[in-house]
Amino acid sequence: MSCDDLKGAPIHLDNLTITYQRHPAVHHVTGSFEAGSLTAIIGPNGAGKSTLIKALTGTMAASEGRIDRAGMSASRYGYLPQAAEVDRSFPLSVFDTVAMGDWHRLGIFGGMKRRDVSRALDALDKVGLAGFEQRRISELSSGQFQRVLFARLLLQDAPVILLDEPFNAIDERTTRDLLALIRHWHEHGRTVIAVLHDMSQVRQCFPQTLLMAREAIAWGPTEEVLQPHHLSRANMMEESWIEDAHTCELHEEQA
Amino acid sequence: MSLVTMAYDATLAPFVEFGFMRRALVACMALGLGSGPVGVLLMLRRMSLVGDAMSHAVLPGAAVGFLVAGLSLPAMGLGGLIVGLAVALLSGLVSRTTAVREDASFASFYLTSLAAGVLIVSLKGSSVDLLHVLFGTILAIDQNALYLIAGISSLTLVLLALIYRPLVMECFDPGFLRAVGGRGLLYHVLFLLLVVLNLVAGFQSLGTLMAVGLMMLPAVAARFWAVSLPGMMFSAMLVAFLAGIIGLNISFHTGVASGPTIVLSASGIYLLSFLFGRLGIVRQRLSRPHLAG
Repeated sequence: MSCDDLKGAPIHLDNLTITYQRHPAVHHVTGSFEAGSLTAIIGPNGAGKSTLIKALTGTMAASEGRIDRAGMSASRYGYLPQAAEVDRSFPLSVFDTVAMGDWHRLGIFGGMKRRDVSRALDALDKVGLAGFEQRRISELSSGQFQRVLFARLLLQDAPVILLDEPFNAIDERTTRDLLALIRHWHEHGRTVIAVLHDMSQVRQCFPQTLLMAREAIAWGPTEEVLQPHHLSRANMMEESWIEDAHTCELHEEQA
Repeated sequence: MSLVTMAYDATLAPFVEFGFMRRALVACMALGLGSGPVGVLLMLRRMSLVGDAMSHAVLPGAAVGFLVAGLSLPAMGLGGLIVGLAVALLSGLVSRTTAVREDASFASFYLTSLAAGVLIVSLKGSSVDLLHVLFGTILAIDQNALYLIAGISSLTLVLLALIYRPLVMECFDPGFLRAVGGRGLLYHVLFLLLVVLNLVAGFQSLGTLMAVGLMMLPAVAARFWAVSLPGMMFSAMLVAFLAGIIGLNISFHTGVASGPTIVLSASGIYLLSFLFGRLGIVRQRLSRPHLAG
């Protein structure tokens, strides 16, 4: 992209707790995503991975603790939501969908100049969808649609990129292509954080891993985090809420 | 009598000869201009039935306006607007703070509103008044009512143009809009305001029970003609115009109630669109692109 020199920014979590109706989904997580790091967030269903990503985007408030974005606004982060959260039947063209990535430059009223249009077309070209501009998104396969969302991320040109389950229901070739794009961002110093389920992908492509089970079970170099005792501890976490559980056991211990 | 004269008598003559028919037609067209695009967005946000609920919810406000000022559109409109917005906001509040989904809380509030509205009208008015409020009197629209409807339609188009980009983003990918710092809730509330305003504009013409008719039926019919959002909005406006012209003509020549006839005309266009529209069922069955070439 044109701004490959745009470096990533660090994110520090300090005792971060996020709750749904007073039940903690993310519980007292402390640690840092270093600038330019490439981190996978893994854990069982209900572990709080997507909640953490949403908190990083600034769309979920912390019940306790804080997120230090090193002076950067969360609105400058690139964000790929889960596929289920996007209405693929909406009557939009591929180009219009990608152009949403220009929101921080254009805002509500700004018009796209020739340079903006060519940047959007360039982004589509980079994800292998040149010539698809006028196609309706409802006509695309899941893999093609995910490429469109990655093109939107390219246009966002963000120093921090947050991906929530980017490879769900995506074929092998598309996954390979999009992983190459993630590596490209990492090589150019962007901070990339992705929620993933595929352990082999995590081992191969992500140097850092955060293993979550509401709390951070382990956080650091991937080979250290993916130790059997860490994984079995994470898997022991019950998915359902325990109604009569202490409100904040860990916090009480710390206090 | 020549064919041209017969066609003229059947279609244009009522509007040329009678002022009340012209006003009714202009009201329909103005309603279509505003309600068409709003209906398309309601449909795309999967809120079609919420629009229906909202149209019933304005009744108590309209009824209080009726009690205070009689059959006056500004008074009833203001009352309807206040109560409609209150119901929309309360439903949103309940669904965001409890486990009750938004459609369920809308259902609870609109049923309460409908019952309260009918009770209030029956306190003072006759059953004829109640029928006017419930089913509208488009042929009795006066100049002031016309200005109000046209004003609401104009405001709708201007506001939609202003918030079009974030509104589309909010419909398509609300999480992304929030993440990039767009205030999704603000656009959602502004959109609900437009829904209520257009329902208020529609209820003297079509009544509180059917005001949503010229909003949703043209929108759903437009789905069978256009693939882009602007195309759907434009198609919905055209369908609403057509429904107005056809409905008023049928009502004039047969003497049946105008409001339901206009809505039924929109239903007829919806049925024809479903069958013969560009994306309708017949065209889909006939065209088999995988066999082409």
